[in-house]
Amino acid sequence: MVLGNYKAVCAARAADANIRNGAQDGGIVTAMFAYALEAGIIDGAIVAGPGEKPWQPEPTIATTVDELLAARGTKYNICPNMAMIKEATRSYGLDKIGIVGTPCQMQALRKAQLYPIGVRSVPDKIALAIGIFCMENFPYDGMKAIVEDHCNVPMQSLAKVDIGKGKFWAYTNRGAVTQIPLKETHKYEQPGCHVCLDYVANLADVSTGSVGSPDGWSTVFVRTAKGETIWGQAAKAGVFEVQDIGSVQPGLALVEKLANQKISGNQKYIEQRAGYGIGKTLNNPYI
Amino acid sequence: MGLGERLSKVFGSSQESKTPVNPTKVENSENKTKTEEKLVADKITIGHVHMSGCSGCVVSIADTFEGLFTLLDNYADLVYCLTLADVRDIPKMDVALVEGSVCINDHHSIEDIRKTRENATIVVALGGCASYGNITRFCRGGQWNQPGHEAFVPIGDLINVDVYLPGCAPTPEAIRNVCVMAYLLLKGNDDQKALATKYLEPLMKLPTLGTEACGCDLMTKIINHGLCMGCGTCCASCPVRAITMQSGKPNIERDMCIKCGACYTACPRSFISLELTAQFETILGAIDGAMNP
Repeated sequence: MVLGNYKAVCAARAADANIRNGAQDGGIVTAMFAYALEAGIIDGAIVAGPGEKPWQPEPTIATTVDELLAARGTKYNICPNMAMIKEATRSYGLDKIGIVGTPCQMQALRKAQLYPIGVRSVPDKIALAIGIFCMENFPYDGMKAIVEDHCNVPMQSLAKVDIGKGKFWAYTNRGAVTQIPLKETHKYEQPGCHVCLDYVANLADVSTGSVGSPDGWSTVFVRTAKGETIWGQAAKAGVFEVQDIGSVQPGLALVEKLANQKISGNQKYIEQRAGYGIGKTLNNPYI
Repeated sequence: MGLGERLSKVFGSSQESKTPVNPTKVENSENKTKTEEKLVADKITIGHVHMSGCSGCVVSIADTFEGLFTLLDNYADLVYCLTLADVRDIPKMDVALVEGSVCINDHHSIEDIRKTRENATIVVALGGCASYGNITRFCRGGQWNQPGHEAFVPIGDLINVDVYLPGCAPTPEAIRNVCVMAYLLLKGNDDQKALATKYLEPLMKLPTLGTEACGCDLMTKIINHGLCMGCGTCCASCPVRAITMQSGKPNIERDMCIKCGACYTACPRSFISLELTAQFETILGAIDGAMNP
């Protein structure tokens, strides 16, 4: 169950080159929201839009394709998208909400639907939840330390950040590339990520990430009936180019390997935490 | 399709949820109008007990709109409720939804909360005041027209409470979900009981954790314990917008906090069952089906 329930899995990328240009990998999230927005499936989507400082994301409610495009690409630092979930129905008056988030945010969303404490009118308005694969996240200042102090790239010169092939990559606007081993970045990770037991956003309608697919493509899990319908419609409308996951390298085996790595590592940490005290134990959310 | 039927279908269990006490007797009465009998017999009884609260919780019950009629038609009889049911004394009931804290300067309130505990199988603290005191924590007395009423306690300080349903007000959707689950717990088959137990378990654990809540819980129980990952759910759930996200973590404007307990309860790192949430689509579908038969 490390990959969660899913109805289908494939490698895909947005057919629209304009979306792909500036996307992290296959532009799946942007393309799917843009399609859903134009087809009236969602009224708007909560995305990681541009914030105050360079590369600091701000949870943003995008109601136009331009706003979606402005939020393309992975930011690799915390963006509390769930903070806008009620605001989306209130200040923005959305009846059909799209939301993108990390696995933990998908857990938060589903908990909010099952136990809707303090989120009146929200549970029945989630029209499309897209999850992104996530090993861990960084606080803004942690990410800044990695980029500026380790990679020696000023934040305002940064064009793209990527984690892949065991390395952290920083690309500048003028084309320079810096890479550092991932082990140097571990100390900047957000501690709360280390108790997370989900790698591929098991609770999303559709989840996606680069791992498993070739460069420029994304692996996509279609998980729920809602996700299946919308994915099917979008694919039919020619929004995506799709390949069989079995026909691409490195394929599903790598996704499974990394998922197992994350979950077993974090499970171990949870057990370790339980033994920190003597006759006392730290809080553990899992029941 | 009724909820029981739908859940049985979904969870693949047998349709015959209730084992008849006397099978022969049932056979004899088979020709009678079975469906009608079944509907009435299957209902649970629910009451709303109004302590010191602002009526926001009872409004929230009514705000299920036509869903309230579905609940009352198919699953529950409202046997006690100021303004909605014409009953003076607190009767016996399966589930008591208690709104408000208890004013210990008023002997009627003390008698009422005691009677509620005696007469109800399940006592639900409905909303922030009943669970955690909420805004009544700030009372200093001197208000019109009972200046002597100044001491208010959450109901859990006086009686054992089975379920907390925090929030100011608790949302209509949360009330609906808990009512459906309470129905399954009391009247469902074994599978449904197991599901309802799993669902209600964390809400039943809350009363054992105490009667105090504050936005500070996010710091003391979540962030300080290394569990916060900055999803922002607490911020969305705060009814008074006392929480903002700073450096990817909640910052609580503590003077604004009304101590309703919503943020901590909503936090995915206060409690979560991965087994239960994995079935979210099925459960939400079943609740939806139950509410739109």
